[in-house]
Amino acid sequence: MAEAEESPGEQEAGMPRPLFSGLSDISISQDIPVEGEITIPMRARARELDHSTLNESVRHTIMRDLKAVGKKFMHVLYPRKSNALLRDWDLWGPLILCVTLALMLQKSSVDGEKDGGPQFAEVFVVVWFGAVTITLNSKLLGGNISFFQSLCVLGYCILPLTVAMLICRLVLLAGQGPINFMIRLFVVVVMFAWSVIASTAFLADSQPPNRKALAVYPVFLFYFVISWMILTFTP
Amino acid sequence: MAAADALAFHEFEEATNLLAETPDAATTSQSDALTSREHVTVVVGSGIGYGAEVVEEEGDRASLLQEEKPQPRFWTFDYYQSFFDVDTSQVLDRIKGSLLPHPGHNFVRYHLRNRPDLYGPFWICATLAFVLAVTGNLTLVLAQRRDPSIHYSPQFHKVTIAGITIYCYAWLVPLALWGFLRWRQGTREHMGLYTFLETVCVYGYSLFVFIPTVVLWLIPVEWLQWLFGALALALSAAGLVFTLWPVVREDTRLVAAALLSTVVLLHALLALGCKLYFFQPLPLEHVIPAPQATLLSPSVLLPTSARSMTTF
Repeated sequence: MAEAEESPGEQEAGMPRPLFSGLSDISISQDIPVEGEITIPMRARARELDHSTLNESVRHTIMRDLKAVGKKFMHVLYPRKSNALLRDWDLWGPLILCVTLALMLQKSSVDGEKDGGPQFAEVFVVVWFGAVTITLNSKLLGGNISFFQSLCVLGYCILPLTVAMLICRLVLLAGQGPINFMIRLFVVVVMFAWSVIASTAFLADSQPPNRKALAVYPVFLFYFVISWMILTFTP
Repeated sequence: MAAADALAFHEFEEATNLLAETPDAATTSQSDALTSREHVTVVVGSGIGYGAEVVEEEGDRASLLQEEKPQPRFWTFDYYQSFFDVDTSQVLDRIKGSLLPHPGHNFVRYHLRNRPDLYGPFWICATLAFVLAVTGNLTLVLAQRRDPSIHYSPQFHKVTIAGITIYCYAWLVPLALWGFLRWRQGTREHMGLYTFLETVCVYGYSLFVFIPTVVLWLIPVEWLQWLFGALALALSAAGLVFTLWPVVREDTRLVAAALLSTVVLLHALLALGCKLYFFQPLPLEHVIPAPQATLLSPSVLLPTSARSMTTF
């Protein structure tokens, strides 16, 4: 080891030597052991290496996930240009929202077979297949957002429409009528605009600039269909 | 170092020879011959008198860009990404071209420039299906305002029916048309041909004019609805006929006339079917709820049916 360091230092100042010529002078004597251990200082990845999440209480685990979901709800309600929804995506929030919406939207069993509102499965299919189609569309147009990130954003941005559904059901308890309808129309339109603005705040940046409208239009159509299902709901 | 000679720029002799031989040919057809897909074999000098210069300029650039990339296989994502390679301005331009059909401007040559996309057909069909269902429902709401005996319901099943109908029409009819044209091309060598995707594109963009028409069908005036329907059908069918005419006129007159009239007839059937199914003036099954209602006198009919509706 020590011999390799000496030869490059022996260059004369005047004569230029070709590069790496000193390497041929290296020799390792037989009695120096060349084995050992290499340790690389790892980055502190406490979450993965720390196995104590197995030992924590169930309440702690559930609260951690619920807090993550709640934090994302806040990001949707006050949309700013932040990466929180995109970086730590999860699909719990969209699932909760979709199930709530489908439960509230399904038609009552009193209605006839043919006419009536959507079934639970129909709402579920519309929401999830609509989200998958929009994600595929934005990826095919050349966006650099991953599949599940996009599903996460689209699912979370249904939150304003779910709130609209809750308000509509409460308003419908007071009986039907034109004023009733105007209130519901106003609430649904405001929440629809909120959903579209929230989702475009997250999704529009990932598209190439000359295709933003092509990627945003299907989102508009998707939330329009959900808003129409909410508006035409009759108990 | 290496000999400087080999690094000097050499002219591409093959391309210049080809261009010298056939000065009229659009260069897009040359590059398309390199790809494995079937493309239009342009008949030199016959159908490309109009807009040839514009096509050649764009075709030069497009052919240079197309020659560089290897063709991706159909099971890779990139293959499908090549069909979504459009900008917002291009899609809007294609929509405008379908709204105003011009006998001189072939839609495939002039607007698509042999680069079909799947974005337009897919989302226009989706929009049309949803707009049909929504406006059909709205018609029922407006009818109920005027006549309280009609029972209103959200009718969500119409979304499914509208979607299936529109998508089947926009994808199966171009498939049949393309298959028929290919079969005819087998018997005659001079006919040009559109690829399957170009046919789907033409049909998809031609359905765009129905979207504002369907919204205008909310107006409850009967003759106005038929007028709008006829206008939309004329525009849409004209676009289709003008696009298909250069391909079909090489064939016998009988086959050409039969093909074009079948295309127009199918289009008319679609428009008529949508109008009658989604915009029924009165859903009859709700006005007469029970058999004994028909035995009562007409003056008693309305209050009893209204009462039985509210107890539903």
